[in-house]
Amino acid sequence: MTSLPIESPPRPPRLTRPRPQSLHATDRSDRIYRSVLTGFALGLPLLILIILGVLFTGALPALKRFGPTFLWTSTWDPVAEVYGAAPMIFGTLASSLLALLIAVPLALSVAVFLTEFSPGWLRQPVAFLVELLAAIPSVVYGTWGIFVLIPFLRAHVVPPLKAVLGWTPFLQGVFYGNSLLAGGVILAIMIVPYIAAVSREVLLAVPASQREAALAMGATRWEAVRSAVLPYGRAGLIGAVILGLGRALGETMAVTMLIGNRHDIGVSLLQPAYTMAAAIANEFSEATTNLYQSALFEVGLILFVLTVTVNAIARVLIWRVARGQAVGSRAL
Amino acid sequence: MVASANTRLRLEAAHLTALFGQHRAVRDVSLLFPAHVVTAIIGPSGCGKSTLLRCLNRMHELTPGASVQGDVLLDNVNIYADDVSPIELRRRIGMVFQRPTPFPTMSISDNVAAGLRVNGRQKSSDVDDAVARALQQAALWDEVKDRLHTSALALSGGQQQRLCIARAVAPQPEILLLDEPTASLDPAGTQRIEELCHALKRLYTIVIVTHNMQQAARVSDYTAFMYLGSLIEVGKTNELFTKPKVEQTEAYITGRFG
Repeated sequence: MTSLPIESPPRPPRLTRPRPQSLHATDRSDRIYRSVLTGFALGLPLLILIILGVLFTGALPALKRFGPTFLWTSTWDPVAEVYGAAPMIFGTLASSLLALLIAVPLALSVAVFLTEFSPGWLRQPVAFLVELLAAIPSVVYGTWGIFVLIPFLRAHVVPPLKAVLGWTPFLQGVFYGNSLLAGGVILAIMIVPYIAAVSREVLLAVPASQREAALAMGATRWEAVRSAVLPYGRAGLIGAVILGLGRALGETMAVTMLIGNRHDIGVSLLQPAYTMAAAIANEFSEATTNLYQSALFEVGLILFVLTVTVNAIARVLIWRVARGQAVGSRAL
Repeated sequence: MVASANTRLRLEAAHLTALFGQHRAVRDVSLLFPAHVVTAIIGPSGCGKSTLLRCLNRMHELTPGASVQGDVLLDNVNIYADDVSPIELRRRIGMVFQRPTPFPTMSISDNVAAGLRVNGRQKSSDVDDAVARALQQAALWDEVKDRLHTSALALSGGQQQRLCIARAVAPQPEILLLDEPTASLDPAGTQRIEELCHALKRLYTIVIVTHNMQQAARVSDYTAFMYLGSLIEVGKTNELFTKPKVEQTEAYITGRFG
């Protein structure tokens, strides 16, 4: 053991002293480490472009053959090699919107309860359990949907709905189980945890001063939430909802199991429908001709562009609140 | 008590202790806030002056773990009695905070009307009149009368704070609590608020918390000095600043600590 020098060693003569290394010059292992990490970091965004490229190339034959009519024609005939994706696009949007209609009030209520009204001891357990819903595998939701949800809908939901709103076009026909309604409800349950979790973060990001300002003027808790907290977080809450929409649009397994997979456009919630994700999952293995495969690629391309756009919008909105810039939400 | 006998009693803290968990932020403070005068509460950071203020409209209890012992009397009614609604109470006592807190999604007019809306007064002509009156009281009317329906965020910091004062006085409270209202303002904005204090005491009983002794000297009629949660001395402002009776007060106002 050598003891630490207490006095500094004698200074070398000035001229012979080596120039100090620049602070940026690092040694070799650091350089390698950095270039590997840089590669990974740039590789992932690159992956998105590669996927987009593959989808586009794959879809090219269908794009050339059908052009934009692919989006609004309804024939899907592998034998005659005529493809139109309108029913899937419709089914995707309809099931997702139905899911939002059910999930948004539920998820916002959970988020408002957890941030504003819940006693402290209840907050973490409930938040944890709600978020755990997102961890259940999609196929389990599908199975649960077939054995529990559909019988429940048939016994307890559809009869009263038909009794009250049976005259509307949305509830025509006989409810056999697999339907737009079943698909929408299962989607709603699946996206509630996402919307609730993000909304909760957004509400927590609303400054306490806004709540206090409302409470100090004699607002009740609920009035403070309605007049100060929710408006302040508006952009982020819309972002949370759109994020849920993004999840719903792309969700595949559970919806495939419940929606009925019928290539048809109908407004009745009780009838089967089809989604883009379900079509790709169901039909890729049997797409034997080039054009059939290409049509499915094009469906994938549409779904990709739709979900990426929706998610990008959602993240920008949420990011604005988290940065305390919800002020711009007036623009919405 | 130092309060003069010729003003009607409005608000009084009686052996008030405010706690955060076990920590006593305000210790056994008894203090009278006479009607239609400005009472300033001064003291170094952390002396409990803001906490005391927040006990007066029951905002203190909203902090998790916070509690209050002792009484606060408003016209001889204990506001901590079981049958007193804190919601109703806060509608009678307006409050303005350190930083301006306009509601960012509301227009100037809606911000001022926010307090009226929670009071359940809905008739729009009434609301318009009340908004105009409140903005005039807050000396903001001339600057914003042509853009009442534009965003409150376009206003400067000083204007935003006067907007918050307008919002606080719109429901015509009896008492106005100002919690370091000029802490985030520039000198010009500060001066406007101080002038307002003078003008508004004709209409309201004002309690202002400030760490700025010059400000207390300029705006208040009575000054209370707090230190470590306790009320050290209270008196007419000019007497407290020129002839303090307690050694600690003198040390603080002459700048020997704080």
